[in-house]
Amino acid sequence: MREWFLSHYQEFLHDFNQSFIEDDRWLYIVKGLGITITVAVGALILGVIFGVIVAVIRSAHDQRKHKKTKDLGYYILGVLDFFCKIYLTVIRGTPMMVQLLIMYFVIFASSTNTTMVAILAFGINSGAYVAEIIRGGIMSIDAGQMEAGRSLGLNYIKTMRYIIIPQAIKNILPALGNEMITLLKDTSLVTVIGLKDMVKGALIIQGRTYQAFLPLVLVAIIYLILVIILSKLLTLLERRLRESDRR
Amino acid sequence: MKKLALLVAAALMCASMAACGSSSSSSASGSASASTSGSASASASTSTEATASGEETTGDTLIMGTNAAFPPYEYYENDQIVGIDADIAKALGEKLGKEVTIEDMDFNSLITAVQTGKIDMVLAGMTVTPDREENVNFTDSYATGIQSIIVPEDSEITGPDDLAGHKIGVQESTTGHIYCADDYGEDNVIAYTTGANAVEALKTGKVDAVVIDNEPAKAFVEANEGLKVLDTEYTVEDYAIAVSKENTELLDELNTALAELKEDGTIQSIIDKYITAE
Repeated sequence: MREWFLSHYQEFLHDFNQSFIEDDRWLYIVKGLGITITVAVGALILGVIFGVIVAVIRSAHDQRKHKKTKDLGYYILGVLDFFCKIYLTVIRGTPMMVQLLIMYFVIFASSTNTTMVAILAFGINSGAYVAEIIRGGIMSIDAGQMEAGRSLGLNYIKTMRYIIIPQAIKNILPALGNEMITLLKDTSLVTVIGLKDMVKGALIIQGRTYQAFLPLVLVAIIYLILVIILSKLLTLLERRLRESDRR
Repeated sequence: MKKLALLVAAALMCASMAACGSSSSSSASGSASASTSGSASASASTSTEATASGEETTGDTLIMGTNAAFPPYEYYENDQIVGIDADIAKALGEKLGKEVTIEDMDFNSLITAVQTGKIDMVLAGMTVTPDREENVNFTDSYATGIQSIIVPEDSEITGPDDLAGHKIGVQESTTGHIYCADDYGEDNVIAYTTGANAVEALKTGKVDAVVIDNEPAKAFVEANEGLKVLDTEYTVEDYAIAVSKENTELLDELNTALAELKEDGTIQSIIDKYITAE
């Protein structure tokens, strides 16, 4: 038993040494982590910006639908809403990897800044999901809230700012957290366009040493840690926002 | 105007949320990288070769592992795996008086399979590298492979010496990838999951050259106008059979058989059968 353990321990040390220590191979993973986080954070910011813009247009349009007076603003909103719908349909209806490859090989064929292309592709993709999450949050607030606000003399923006959004945020956060986690993990797709993220680092090590186990497990653990930290922070934020709740 | 103000307000609000997210991930990166480097240095001095007792696997059959997507060395023809490696394995089997069966699997799984004894030997156009030698034993070389350079027709690159400072596209984990990364730095090498993607990147100017095995290189250039294979190859490499570290007996047998097959010209005739001389 002891010998069995010892021989396996030595084997592990050898594998570990070959996978990470020789030629400073751990640097592939660490540098890759940097790329993973750069792409994830960049895409997250872009995604939230796109998402908010689309959600605001879509819900504003929905709320104005039944208005009797049709002014210029109504028609502008209608056109914008139409384009937003196309954006949502196309982005949500095609696989992320295909979008990434199209962005890389077709739309930005002449660009050599691969990181930027990846951030854009993921940002645009994430924006579509974030938009629907935010719109769902705004729509989940009872219409009576808006009516109450308006009848108290608040204008549309103030009603949104002080009554609708604070309530909507609480409904948005859990789903938005989900989207952030998915986005972080989805960035591993950038290997197909040759960007050296964490997964690519593990694959490079594997290709050199033919040891798949350790590099892949290490990458899995790092992703897990990142996601745990992210969801912890989201929980904290959620708890802070729910302080005034009676539920 | 109201819409615009609302939009900006909402964008700012969400941007602040995004800022939360970003700081969380960057702090995570810090701790993760620190722990990686910490554990790395801790066990740097304690590398020891694994000592395992030799186990004999003698029988009447010899299981050969390969990845049958690498013409002309191994590929499918009417559900049968054929090619240089398959024929050489058969010739070896005849010499050793054993029946050869062929298992098709992922290239990356081959070494693990031979280590665990699922297969007895690997003939897969596998190049000998020091890293691979740590995990398996290699026989003497039985064939040579060529890594070629593909460039656009009007390229200023005329040989391997001109590659320095250029972006090089490769297929992930191939020897072309490994050699280019060693010679020109990993930062100058962009690895794509397939050779076709690397060639696509070359066509759109994302990379200045592609380094890939000679046979697929010829096929790619044929299929894409405006590309050419350079006459000077990037490197010539030795293909060898991989066997388990624990099976030294088979290694010796294979080396003896290989030497005999080289002597009587069998191997050369097998190679000539698949690769027509130019």
